[in-house]
Amino acid sequence: MRKLSSIEELVDLQKTLLEARDPHRPRIRICMTGCRAFGAVEVRDAFLKCIDEKGLSGKVDIVETGCHGFCARAPVVAIDPQGFFYQQISPRDVPEIVQESLIEGRAAEKYLYKDPQNGKPVPLEKDVPFYREQMKIVLRNCGQIDPTRIEDYLVRQGYLAFAKVLSSMSPEKVIEEVIRSGLRGRGGAGFPAGQKWKFCRNAPGEPKYVICNADEGDPGAFMDRAVLEGDPHTVLEGMLIAAYAIGARTGYIYVRAEYPIAVTHVKKAVADAKAMGLLGEKILGTDFSFDVKIKEGAGAFVCGEETALIASIEGRRGMPRTRPPFPANAGLWGKPTNINNVETYANIPPIIHRGAEWYASLGTEKSKGTKIFALAGKINNTGLVEVPMGITLERIIFEIGGGIPQGKAFKAAQTGGPSGGCIPASLLNLPIDYDSLTAAGAIMGSGGLIITDENTCMVDLAKFFLTFTQSESCGRCVPCRLGTKRMLEILQRITEGKGELSDLETLKELAPMVKDTSLCGLGQTAPNPVLTTLNYFLDEYKAHIVEKRCPAGVCKALIRYEIDAEACTGCGVCRKACPQKAISGKPKEPHSLDQSLCIKCGICYNECKFNAIKVL
Amino acid sequence: MPELFDLDRVDQVLEKYRGEEGALIPVLQETQNIYGYLPEVVLRRISRSMKVPLSKIYGVITFYAQFYLHPRGRHTIKSCQGTACHVRGAKGVLESLVRELKIEPGETTQDLTFSLETVACVGTCFLAPVIMIDQDYYGKLTPKRAVDVLKKYSQRRDGKEASR
Repeated sequence: MRKLSSIEELVDLQKTLLEARDPHRPRIRICMTGCRAFGAVEVRDAFLKCIDEKGLSGKVDIVETGCHGFCARAPVVAIDPQGFFYQQISPRDVPEIVQESLIEGRAAEKYLYKDPQNGKPVPLEKDVPFYREQMKIVLRNCGQIDPTRIEDYLVRQGYLAFAKVLSSMSPEKVIEEVIRSGLRGRGGAGFPAGQKWKFCRNAPGEPKYVICNADEGDPGAFMDRAVLEGDPHTVLEGMLIAAYAIGARTGYIYVRAEYPIAVTHVKKAVADAKAMGLLGEKILGTDFSFDVKIKEGAGAFVCGEETALIASIEGRRGMPRTRPPFPANAGLWGKPTNINNVETYANIPPIIHRGAEWYASLGTEKSKGTKIFALAGKINNTGLVEVPMGITLERIIFEIGGGIPQGKAFKAAQTGGPSGGCIPASLLNLPIDYDSLTAAGAIMGSGGLIITDENTCMVDLAKFFLTFTQSESCGRCVPCRLGTKRMLEILQRITEGKGELSDLETLKELAPMVKDTSLCGLGQTAPNPVLTTLNYFLDEYKAHIVEKRCPAGVCKALIRYEIDAEACTGCGVCRKACPQKAISGKPKEPHSLDQSLCIKCGICYNECKFNAIKVL
Repeated sequence: MPELFDLDRVDQVLEKYRGEEGALIPVLQETQNIYGYLPEVVLRRISRSMKVPLSKIYGVITFYAQFYLHPRGRHTIKSCQGTACHVRGAKGVLESLVRELKIEPGETTQDLTFSLETVACVGTCFLAPVIMIDQDYYGKLTPKRAVDVLKKYSQRRDGKEASR
């Protein structure tokens, strides 16, 4: 890799690479990140073998990409130049795909996505309903390029925004541009990114630091993982621009150690950028110097909070401190520090490249641009989607997400993880932006979107989140440490059928107290799941308390399993699976369940093929 | 008898980070990669070399979920308790692992085959409910299938034998 010594050399290299690329050359793009769990490695090997056998070696590129987004259909493969989209591929499907798509140039119909509306196969990636409604700005390269090759990034206008900044913009002008774009922090709180930069630039003290918060801890959010795995250079470029604007020489990426592929790809990206002279001393022959260090997290959710993250980089227990002073004035080692998350930095290169006006024209009045959501839970099209701000929940869930599996009824969408809230069916028309979500009692958060159906108990879900926040509370401040504990105990009682109506009053009294008096965002938002479920699903709480009944059939203490003698065929699957030997019966005769032995593990319910196990 | 550890290896890690600010956590991470956990003698060595009180090191270790003060099993099972996994039945999966291995989360089987942990989210929500064994993902599990997966890893054919 040649070290570049001027901006012109970077622009020339970009041009040379682009000209050398033949747009008609076939490329097989295989997701090598999330899809690995479903055998993407074996699929790639099958392509390599098959291409060799057919004498196509050297004529076709196999590109090991990051996430394509449509995780529900893993492993996914796309073939260019046509843009064919194949899903749920196994190695034995590969010869047919190679024959039809690469040799005959047409779509291999058998492996295409079928539109659930009309059952018709959809040949092209861009026409699949899941992709059609999306607008990919941050994810523009994810699934398109090999994230471990810096050349792939350069071909797609990589580092040209940085070149533009270096050659023609003053730091103040960069900050002004980011302010005018209206970009708000994607980590959850939604603070205007440009303002944050300005505070840090104007703060007295040297040196200054830039930190990328890649400690994506919200259960149910995986967009930052996808960006780091699938397009790490865009994050580096965003950090470079921020460092230039703020006047920082050193940056840190604090990444969750639970994301091994992301760690590997980021390390490679940093090493390559250094080798090419895009990081280091006197970058591209200018006076600007910037270096990036990688810190791996050690497993603490609270480290996603900025002051806790700083404490962790300093080698201490990751406990937050009171703000002000904000990190912009006194951050890492007490010096002015700018912290943004992965998605925020990844928005910067397109903003600089295409201009603030373009970006500000997307989204709603106060929430500009796009947002990535991680769709998960009881939804057909689990995966990552990037949509313009202001889109309704209904379109995300039903048009892009493909609705609820098994025709069940939608119950609620949970946004913002443990800090967020549940949005009920009555608010499906809610435009998704920072302010309307806050008004509904939820928050944007980092973008986890968990869908629940009629079989999800909302009291249990609130208890689940509180269990999480309670155990992740660092213990420094009393309202969070004890308040979440007391609230959790109450929810525990209610789900065990020991609740009283007065418990609801206590919850309503405790929740605002914890919100108002906790030290950091963890405690300040921990009551949100409880408050929103109380607000929108009060009937479910009352059913648990008054009728001692769990309407969704989830809370163990309030349900029992029974065998429907008419539906039971006596196949014996449940009898063999039961860990308690609570089920007995002769072959081909209806079985029976001994309630005194049953521990309500639900295994029989899961294993029965005849719907003969009922939850009462 | 106290176990013997090759302290040269931790010395190499300490040398690499000598003089670097905020190095305690990376030092502990790399040390744990060497020994599999953080034995007391090794921690004393780190304390003396870095001039950080042992009490402070202990505070850091117990704060973060990924540090271990006791030997680990050959295989680490991470049972994901994230939101997507929760609504798709992660609790049942975990309970069935607990029943099968006869250990609670955070514990290791006596024969050191498995360590069982819960994690908040492994970021593969499309696989829910999911467990990770070492670096491999097993998704869309039922309580029964989770136990079947274990059998691949236990040395003896019968999963129950391995837990004793």
